[in-house]
Amino acid sequence: MSDLAQVDKTVDARGSYCPGPLMELIKTVKAASVGQVIEVLSSDQGSAKDIPEWVKKVGHELIYNEKAQDGDYWRIAVKKVK
Amino acid sequence: MSKDVVILGGGTGGTMVANHIARTMRNEVRSGEITITQITSSDKHIYQPSFLFVAINHARVQDYTRSQKSLLSTGVNLVVDTATKIDAASNTITLQSGKTVSYDILVIATGAYPDFSSVPGLAEAADNFYTPEGAEKLRDKLLSFEGGKIVITIDVPHKCPVAPMELVFMLDDLYRRKGIRDKVDLLYTYPIGRLHSLEPCANWAAPKFEELGINSEIFFNVESVDPDKKVVKTVEGSEVPFDILISIPAHRGAKVIQESGLGDEGGFIPTNRHLLKAEGHDNIYVLGDATNLPISKAGSTAHYEADVVAENIISELRGLPPSHYYDGKVFCFVEAGLDSATYITFSYDKPPAPVPDSEMIHWFKLAFNEMYWLSVRGML
Repeated sequence: MSDLAQVDKTVDARGSYCPGPLMELIKTVKAASVGQVIEVLSSDQGSAKDIPEWVKKVGHELIYNEKAQDGDYWRIAVKKVK
Repeated sequence: MSKDVVILGGGTGGTMVANHIARTMRNEVRSGEITITQITSSDKHIYQPSFLFVAINHARVQDYTRSQKSLLSTGVNLVVDTATKIDAASNTITLQSGKTVSYDILVIATGAYPDFSSVPGLAEAADNFYTPEGAEKLRDKLLSFEGGKIVITIDVPHKCPVAPMELVFMLDDLYRRKGIRDKVDLLYTYPIGRLHSLEPCANWAAPKFEELGINSEIFFNVESVDPDKKVVKTVEGSEVPFDILISIPAHRGAKVIQESGLGDEGGFIPTNRHLLKAEGHDNIYVLGDATNLPISKAGSTAHYEADVVAENIISELRGLPPSHYYDGKVFCFVEAGLDSATYITFSYDKPPAPVPDSEMIHWFKLAFNEMYWLSVRGML
């Protein structure tokens, strides 16, 4: 279950095919400070797979990855750890 | 007492909005009820998509440059000056010359700019085709290239999301025709886990890459470049050598946006995705690359948004509420070589579906390169 209180920034990437939710996340993570948590809202089901894949490859931390209870989209939060 | 509409920015979006309002409200402009002023830092207007063709010597920058004045409808006042501060509280803009311009309605169309200092070593080591000077310098290198490794890297956010892929297809074709393709190693990289952010586009390109022998590396986000050793390093831990590095750096919003406190950390303005008003500012519209919207930074985006912004301003000036809504529409031609292309169109709700590339679509793209001058005048 997501803990919204710990999110430092939310990126609303719903309706984004290009550049897409993961690209929006990468952009935001780059600008964030180490330790900050970025949450992405995505209407693209693929985000639930490709965001965790990138997070794992780079070595950040996946906080949660869940379908929102109030709509047909996903909430995915990532902590920048380096 | 006239109503003053000020458009900040002289690119595609700003020019289309200015012309659309001036043509539709010509009587009000003539009678002095409305003034339309465009402020831009250059008296020249360059068609940026031409840079891709400049890089392979299929176009010249001067052929795609016009005087800004020549593109504006009667009734649009052109001010060539650089805005240094927007004061949204007092509805004024300060210019580098020291002048102050006040507005009732402001349109911000200040664009996005490649930030070559965004990655250590990039400015020294990388070539680009996102500036006129960069495209000409790259052209000289590409034309005299006799073999070696060309690496293309892409950072986010950036303008024209299909252009890097187009370039790699064009280079493949160029070196095939030159007869040295077997001596050229083309490596296309991409930040996420496929060849393009648009999945249908990635799926369209993947078999072509395989057929043409274009190499690729995905999850490739540049961390630094060593200009002496000619090696690019990624946050994912990869190290890749190159002979020519063609890089599309992360873009930033205009300096005036950052210095006026209107933008996010990248200098992009939080914008209502349908009405295209700056969040928290009822008399400021934003369009094109200046917005923070999660959509392509592309000329067609600015074009479709310009129609919405102009119509809503016309409504407001006539005492009606804004009633036009942007649906996220984008249209992009995608060159697939030197004489073949496809196209994609999509919106917030509709994903793209590339059609098979063809010579006819390529010629349509070349035709649009010329039709742009009608389009930006608001005639197409």
